[in-house]
Amino acid sequence: MKIFGHKPPFTAWLGMTIVTVNLLVALFGPLLTPYGESQSAGGTWDPPSVAMWLGADQIGRDILTRLIYGARMTIGVALVTTVLSFLMGITTGFLAAVLGGWVDQLLSRLVDIILSIPLLIFALIILGVFGPTIPVLILTIAFLDSTRVFRLARALAMNLSVLEFVEAARLRGEGIWWIMRREILPNASAPLFSEFGLRFCFNFLFVAALSFLGLGIQPPYADWGGMVKDNAAAISFGIFAPIWPALAISLMTVGVNLVVDWLLSIEARPSGAQAEL
Amino acid sequence: MLKLIATRAILGLATLFAVSVLIFVCTQFLPGDVAAAVLQQSATKETLAAFRRELGLDVPAYIRFFDWLWRALHGDLGVALTNGRVIIDVIRPRFANTMFLAGYAAIISVPLSVGLGIVAAINEGRPIDRISNIITLMTISVPEFFVGYVLIAIFTVELGLFPSLATVDSDTGFFDRIYATTLPALTLTLLVAAHMLRMTRTSVLSVMSSPYIEMAFLKGLTRSRVVAHHALPNAAAPIITVVALNLAYLVVGVVVVEAVFTYPGIGQLMVDAVTKRDVPVIQACGLVFAAVFVGLNTIADILAILVNPRLKYRR
Repeated sequence: MKIFGHKPPFTAWLGMTIVTVNLLVALFGPLLTPYGESQSAGGTWDPPSVAMWLGADQIGRDILTRLIYGARMTIGVALVTTVLSFLMGITTGFLAAVLGGWVDQLLSRLVDIILSIPLLIFALIILGVFGPTIPVLILTIAFLDSTRVFRLARALAMNLSVLEFVEAARLRGEGIWWIMRREILPNASAPLFSEFGLRFCFNFLFVAALSFLGLGIQPPYADWGGMVKDNAAAISFGIFAPIWPALAISLMTVGVNLVVDWLLSIEARPSGAQAEL
Repeated sequence: MLKLIATRAILGLATLFAVSVLIFVCTQFLPGDVAAAVLQQSATKETLAAFRRELGLDVPAYIRFFDWLWRALHGDLGVALTNGRVIIDVIRPRFANTMFLAGYAAIISVPLSVGLGIVAAINEGRPIDRISNIITLMTISVPEFFVGYVLIAIFTVELGLFPSLATVDSDTGFFDRIYATTLPALTLTLLVAAHMLRMTRTSVLSVMSSPYIEMAFLKGLTRSRVVAHHALPNAAAPIITVVALNLAYLVVGVVVVEAVFTYPGIGQLMVDAVTKRDVPVIQACGLVFAAVFVGLNTIADILAILVNPRLKYRR
């Protein structure tokens, strides 16, 4: 079978399967679960059984059910964040490249400063000031992550904006938004697309890490990072409760990475793959 | 060369200054202000005004910024809002703990990953290279806490070798400390070693494709001699940069790893402060993290200038 005119290798199929299953579970999860999101169906850390395949969590809720509901929250938040981050990053990056001058200088230096210390530290400072609610979480990570998107978008647009067709559009008297949307964006979309996968992974792990620290998605919502945190104490008794959600996070990121690896290898080929994506 | 190094050092200081401005500005966006956040319900107009005066909130922001920075440079980071303790006294032992853990992880991970990276580069395409490629790709894409809990499941639950909680205090002896922090250090090692290994391999291989290396091969030298004597000196600069970047990452990755093993480091302190929304402590921790991060990056750049063989023979 071919996708985009290329035959994906085994690893790419594996990655696509993992991602698709995760997305399906996130979309239709609640139809699959026998228990409710916060329904207590057993005792604390009950061992895996026929009724509860992965056992119960710290207050007797079915771990598999929580994992399925958690997929929706964890993947959803990371996806919204990444989309927002790309909207901000691409707009500002293209603007900086097309306008140049002081706009470019101002935005680039600001991004340099933000990227000169770890994003996690910035995120902690912002969450400390505004408090950890889901909108703050999404906006914070999207803003911080958009600095990376900015760098890529600006670099791509810099190379494109000196080409003849952009020059022609300028001479025709097209507006700046038209040039950004119709001339630059279509030609920059392939590298931006695979970057989207990488940024999603990063944001996904970022959300999970913050939730694990107790500063991300708050209870009663199920989310994978928070589930690891809530069940952390079980590991000392040899109960694998915190391993399952951590494993789910790992699987998802490995899956996305496998797909991105394949996309990047297509782009590297000279065979007009850019146009196909 | 001296001029290059001086420029880089000044740039580092300028970056740190800009970051401190940004950290300060961030905390100025607090809805209401610190005074309102602390007093909450009990805030009347009079108490609020009095408390603001006490905290110095009635002077303009830029004056408060320079005041804060000036004090911070003299080791006075202010007082925690929640418990009234002097922040520098709280931070100092925890900072030492974090640096101990990060140092421990660095001592294991740097030689290990640079060594294995060179081995992988020498054996490019052979099974050992492929295996290290797959393993490192997997450890790069999993979260810190997954590695941590898997290590606990293996070393604490199954083998009973190391404790799952890294509890240390000021009385803990050096060897007890090593014992208690072995698992967190291993977790950090696995996280950064993979990245360092891959980058070492890549930078050695990219040098390997240059013409003077081909010349060395054509002279009939063995592959290991070419790698050690011809490729490595030129690959050293990128390797040092990667090592320093990862050491800087160690200091950040420590935030999550400390939470897994409930290790009393500065990361835990910052997370606690964020939970309690204790702004002065958050500012102080942020500043310390930023200083370490920018400092390590600056040192890396300076080292990279120093070891570059092309810069050696000029004035």
